[in-house]
Amino acid sequence: MTQPIQATNDFVIKFANVNGSGSASANELFAKAVIRMGVPVAPRNIFPSNIQGLPTWYEARICEKGYSGRRGGVDMMVAMNPQTWDADVAEIEPGGYLLYDSTRPIPPSKFRADIQVIGVPLTEISNTAYTDPRQRQLFKNIIYVGVLSVLLDMDASVFEKLFAEQYKGKERLLDSNVQALNLGRDYAKRHLKHPLGIRVQRADNVGDQILVDGNSAIALGCVYGGATVAAWYPITPSSSVAEAFQKYCEKLRVDPATGRNKFAIVQAEDELASIGMVIGAGWNGARAFTATSGPGISLMQEFIGLAHFAEIPCTIIDVQRGGPSTGMPTRTQQSDVLLCAYASHGDTKHILLFPQDPHECFEFGATALDLADRLQTPIFVMTDLDIGMNQRLCKPFEWDEARAYDRGKVMSAEDLEAGKDFGRYKDVDGDGVPWRTLPGTHPTKGAFFTRGTTRDAYARYSERGPDYVYNMERLLKKFATAAKIVPQPVVKKAAKDTRYGVIYYGSTTPAMQEALDVLEADGGHFDSMRLRAFPFPESVHRFILEHDLVFLVEQNRDAQLRSLIINELEIDPARVMPVLHYDGTPITARFIVRAIAKAVREREKPATAKEAA
Amino acid sequence: MTYIVKPQLHHPTLTKNKVGYTRRDYEGRISTLCAGCGHDSISAAIIQACWELDIEPHRVAKLSGIGCSSKTPDYFLGASHGFNTVHGRMPSVMTGANLANRELLYLGVSGDGDSASIGLGQFANAMRRGVNMAYIVENNGVYGLTKGQFSATADRGSKSKKGAINSDSAVDLVGIALQLGATYVARSFSGDKAQLVPLIKGALAHGGAAFIDVLSPCVTFNNHAGSTKSFDYVRQHNEAVSRIDFITTKSEITAEYAAGEVIEVQQHDGSMLRLRKLKDDYDPTDRLAAMNYMQSHAARGEVVTGLLYVDPLATDLHLSMNTMEVPLASLGPQELCPGKAALDKINASFR
Ligand SMILES: Cc1ncc(C[n+]2csc(CCOP(=O)(O)OP(=O)(O)O)c2C)c(N)n1
Ligand code: SF4
Ligand SMILES: [Mg+2]
Repeated sequence: MTQPIQATNDFVIKFANVNGSGSASANELFAKAVIRMGVPVAPRNIFPSNIQGLPTWYEARICEKGYSGRRGGVDMMVAMNPQTWDADVAEIEPGGYLLYDSTRPIPPSKFRADIQVIGVPLTEISNTAYTDPRQRQLFKNIIYVGVLSVLLDMDASVFEKLFAEQYKGKERLLDSNVQALNLGRDYAKRHLKHPLGIRVQRADNVGDQILVDGNSAIALGCVYGGATVAAWYPITPSSSVAEAFQKYCEKLRVDPATGRNKFAIVQAEDELASIGMVIGAGWNGARAFTATSGPGISLMQEFIGLAHFAEIPCTIIDVQRGGPSTGMPTRTQQSDVLLCAYASHGDTKHILLFPQDPHECFEFGATALDLADRLQTPIFVMTDLDIGMNQRLCKPFEWDEARAYDRGKVMSAEDLEAGKDFGRYKDVDGDGVPWRTLPGTHPTKGAFFTRGTTRDAYARYSERGPDYVYNMERLLKKFATAAKIVPQPVVKKAAKDTRYGVIYYGSTTPAMQEALDVLEADGGHFDSMRLRAFPFPESVHRFILEHDLVFLVEQNRDAQLRSLIINELEIDPARVMPVLHYDGTPITARFIVRAIAKAVREREKPATAKEAA
Repeated sequence: MTYIVKPQLHHPTLTKNKVGYTRRDYEGRISTLCAGCGHDSISAAIIQACWELDIEPHRVAKLSGIGCSSKTPDYFLGASHGFNTVHGRMPSVMTGANLANRELLYLGVSGDGDSASIGLGQFANAMRRGVNMAYIVENNGVYGLTKGQFSATADRGSKSKKGAINSDSAVDLVGIALQLGATYVARSFSGDKAQLVPLIKGALAHGGAAFIDVLSPCVTFNNHAGSTKSFDYVRQHNEAVSRIDFITTKSEITAEYAAGEVIEVQQHDGSMLRLRKLKDDYDPTDRLAAMNYMQSHAARGEVVTGLLYVDPLATDLHLSMNTMEVPLASLGPQELCPGKAALDKINASFR
């Protein structure tokens, strides 16, 4: 017989639920309890594009070392959805565990011999204790969390504390939740062998980290960064950015004296209108943003070109999902990189930021608003479903009280009055960034006509070749300026000198960091560079040239960021080898290790053969 | 301070208004449109209206889409900031601009192609939201700038310059604006400055979504026999239902009209519209009746003009959003950033 898996603080548990059954909060309760025991957890929602009745999964990787990438494989399945039973049972690793609702008998053929099967009559327990149908459903979820807490050897006190915090002042709810938890715990203690081979043991590896989703984080970053106008059109996986912005604004941005709002949020009629509103607000001096996903960016193309060419600050948050077309709306990818980098017709290039986790989502939300004002152009924050819609353990948000908003080059009425020369599209500082005036600034000076057509340095309509070329060259210079002020790459040297490098970005980060550790433990050394923005600073070029071969790990089919690097830095494509994961699930360390180790093996084979000869 | 009216020693364009500007201060660059284009007359009416209203030019933000009509903001109010956006999408840009700074006056200029063809959705939604703006469509039934193709406001059966007959029914922007809740709706004719100037003044002083559909013949592509947007056709079929005078304060009202014929409407900013009814059966404060009237007269081929509907108690998007009295764009970190202590609390809630 297959030996049951033995693992402490290092396993994957997956909950198979029915969408809309109230399982989400129970599953989150479980994850938080593990975290409160000082053990890091990386939870992920896996859900199809529908609202009720269809399957949804919650996969939690419990990992004392703190790796928050998806691991792959399932050590324990909590199978609450009869519809997906076969696939769920098949997914369990040999020696793994299956917890299921045994209220209704399931034929033996439906199980596997090489797993540990734990049946608990969850429906029966719940129906006996509760009469209200909604309560029966909800508390069934809490009951299985109670069962798990015993099976995995977790402290009841941790759960009780969490309940107490959550239901502060709502004693009735508090009591009934504790009761449901104990129904599960009592059953498990009485009827089940416990604890299992997999278990949670108190540790001290969480520190002051917070558990939060990227979309909430970026919304909060926009609140802190001073965004006052937001316009959006609902689309998965970005909608919760706007919803969180609304929630935080209602809490943090209502003037206490007057009760009036220091924000305006419009749910627009489509993405064309959302970006139009953001551009209008940016033109008029407010900090504004929109949040969308690939299909929305496709619609916004014409307007993005206008904002680029007329030089209007705006921030666009792209929570990427699987493309093309409607693609995989509820799966993750990094496949809008080229779409955003070169958005709109004509010669255009845009600034992209790549946050790695919710902490950086917060940071880059505020940074994007600064950069937009400083550079007077669209700034894209490229997150994805994996970061955006999953809670991730990360460093707490930080805000320097002394931090001012960088409003960029805005001429005041005093400047104009003093007779300063104002050429809206004139490079007076040598950085390619011109000065602007806001509507209404001065009765007679500084007004100009903003347009997407070509113009001279004083914003006068002009189709003269030299005027056009001056402007286009200045925009290139501005882009070069941007490379110096965007968040710079993070480099980590391998323990030993190496000919190999790895470049990665965004949500690939946790899997990559784990992969580097695994490779190193196996004697494979790789210098690594995490890109945080486009345009690429000079250091990226140098990093590639310093190595014989650089692996570029990303989550799309066409190696989009690699194309961008090769194109923009004029790098020999043979120096950059793509490692691509794009089936819609988050990339894993296992995948990266396998791909890189194989490539290195193959590369070094002929050399070894020669040496031997 | 009392304002003493100076004798008109100069050309009328050099007379100063109450805020110290001459009419010339409201002009823009030299127009590049075709000689005789209706759009130029509308620009002149806008200049006249702003001057008469004593608006400081820099307090106006003028926005447009793309088209001959949308070029015109460069030809008036040269001291105002202007924004020539993209084709059909000016309403969203104006909405965002308005949200950022509620203290400016928003003047949108668009074409029938811009607002009824490519931009119908944005036009409709800006009306629905009640953006505080004066929105003028310079309606010539064709795409002037791309050389005379039919637009969505071309009437069914009207003939193009090249002889093609339009078989699609026309989008009625006035009808849409009325239905979707615009609170000031008018139609006029570029050739009737006496009617148009007070209508523009009323729209600029209105506290919500104001829309004026101005028939503005394209002399180059749509001014021939068989067109229903030519100078001749509009003159012959023009049915004015009202005549408005725009008055800045109530005290200036003098009894000039016989009782019963005149409706006085006090607008949001305290200004008065004195409306003289030209048709007994027309009540411009009754939205449903206005819609009915428009429909039945349009069916008879009449072009009904004048102030068609006004809701003096209009509200706007800022009211529904409960935004601050001061422009959002004027707020700094002091007002906007919740600070470190609040962030520490938020961090704690995520543990
Ligand atoms: C996306 C896009 N499609 C097409 C055009 C070409 N185009 C420019 S103006 C115009 C029509 C303008 O018609 P209207 O708004 O009625 O203005 P008019 O010139 O008649 O005043 C078109 C189709 C464009 N500028 N942008
Ligand atoms: S083409 Fe028509 S609309 Fe355009 S400027 Fe000439 S007359 Fe006016
Ligand atoms: Mg037209």
